[in-house]
Amino acid sequence: MSRHSSFLAVVAALALPALLHGCATAPSDAEITAKAAATLKASFKEQGQARLDRLDQDDTQKACSIPAGKTVPKEVAERIEKENLASIRWPADGKYVGDWKNGEKIAQEGRGMQYSDDPRVAAGANCYACHQIAPQEVSFGTIGPSLYLFGTRRGYTDETRKYAYGKIFNAEAYSACTNMPRFGHKGILTEAQIKDVVALLVDPESPVNK
Amino acid sequence: MSVAFFACAAFAQGSAVDEIAKYRAALQDGNPAELWEARGEALWSAPRGPKNVSLERCDLGLGPGVVKGAYAQLPKYFADADRVQDLETRIVWCMVTLQGFSDADAKKGPFGGPDRKSDIEAFVAYVTAASRGVKMNVSLAAPQEQEMYRLGEKMFYFRGGTHDFACATCHGEDGKRIRLQDLPNLSSVEGARKAYTTWPAYRVSQGELRSFQWRLNDCFRQQRFPELVFTSDASIALTMFLARNANGAAFDAPAIKR
Repeated sequence: MSRHSSFLAVVAALALPALLHGCATAPSDAEITAKAAATLKASFKEQGQARLDRLDQDDTQKACSIPAGKTVPKEVAERIEKENLASIRWPADGKYVGDWKNGEKIAQEGRGMQYSDDPRVAAGANCYACHQIAPQEVSFGTIGPSLYLFGTRRGYTDETRKYAYGKIFNAEAYSACTNMPRFGHKGILTEAQIKDVVALLVDPESPVNK
Repeated sequence: MSVAFFACAAFAQGSAVDEIAKYRAALQDGNPAELWEARGEALWSAPRGPKNVSLERCDLGLGPGVVKGAYAQLPKYFADADRVQDLETRIVWCMVTLQGFSDADAKKGPFGGPDRKSDIEAFVAYVTAASRGVKMNVSLAAPQEQEMYRLGEKMFYFRGGTHDFACATCHGEDGKRIRLQDLPNLSSVEGARKAYTTWPAYRVSQGELRSFQWRLNDCFRQQRFPELVFTSDASIALTMFLARNANGAAFDAPAIKR
């Protein structure tokens, strides 16, 4: 085969899928996924504190963008959990528990990170939006499990305290593709705020455990 | 709303939800959305814009001038625009092509507020009311429509932002709530039908008639995303995904909501 004809063969090989695509074949799933991400990027404008980079997915967000009722393959789930666990910044002082009364305020507070929110005000965790926590609050959501009696049921151990801290810091480390935000990992809450929310769950004096 | 909300919250869980349902039922007796419908109808037939013509020759998909039943088959692909368009996008198109408005002027004030009424939301009220009782019948016959639907489906499950939220985070399961607010499961046919056919709606808490474009815009704010651009392709794709999933259900809006 001459150089010229091999060049033509390459052109034909490249053109064939494009022709098929143009004639009848619908875009592949991967193509639609890529186009959806690009279309989203072109369909939003920066507003307040919400920059367009919020549409840039990290590996976890990308892998977890799956249809309702579907789960990721086991090896993907294990990779997500391992990577997220490795990224947790544990408290330098080795203490996981703060003030449960502050924790209750943070759990109630829904403001934070929306473009309509004041970025100078500390964000809340809005825990009650999705969880039952202290029994006195009857206006709670049901997307997440009830956390009432969290400490009582799990035991007042260092393991429970560390787990609660890690789960709030980065829930993807414990349950891949969970609906729960990664409050520490994404900088929604500070270390001190997370400790206070941990206290709400694990302090024997907290209404959660009464 | 907030007074009723807290009054209800004082009840035990089950009865609080019942009380809110009763409150909603009471709201159905008179719907201020009719004021938007009347204003929209008057604006629709009024000569406006640089060309001083009405929107009465606007083709919403069933031919120029046909408003009745038009909303139930939107979004759809329009050859003249070479684009899949939802109602708001099509109205803007007609304002530009028929009345001579600039694209920017036509899109000015898509959502009403305390100090400003939105013409677009009035048009939306008028046109959607003319589909009340009509079965949703959104077509995917054109490849452009099919692609828009598939893009909308992907976007529904797209996780991003500070909170890793997708539409599906809150709207992907049956019987869930945020605080005491019930969440429709928009990934199910039944949920999409019930939700989509009751927008637009008069929002009592805001004193405004809200379009589906507004609904999506405000969802994304709470999702901690940047601001969804009015009539953007993503807004049309998501509308296509939900409208098509509602096919077969009778359209029942403008509704009234908390």
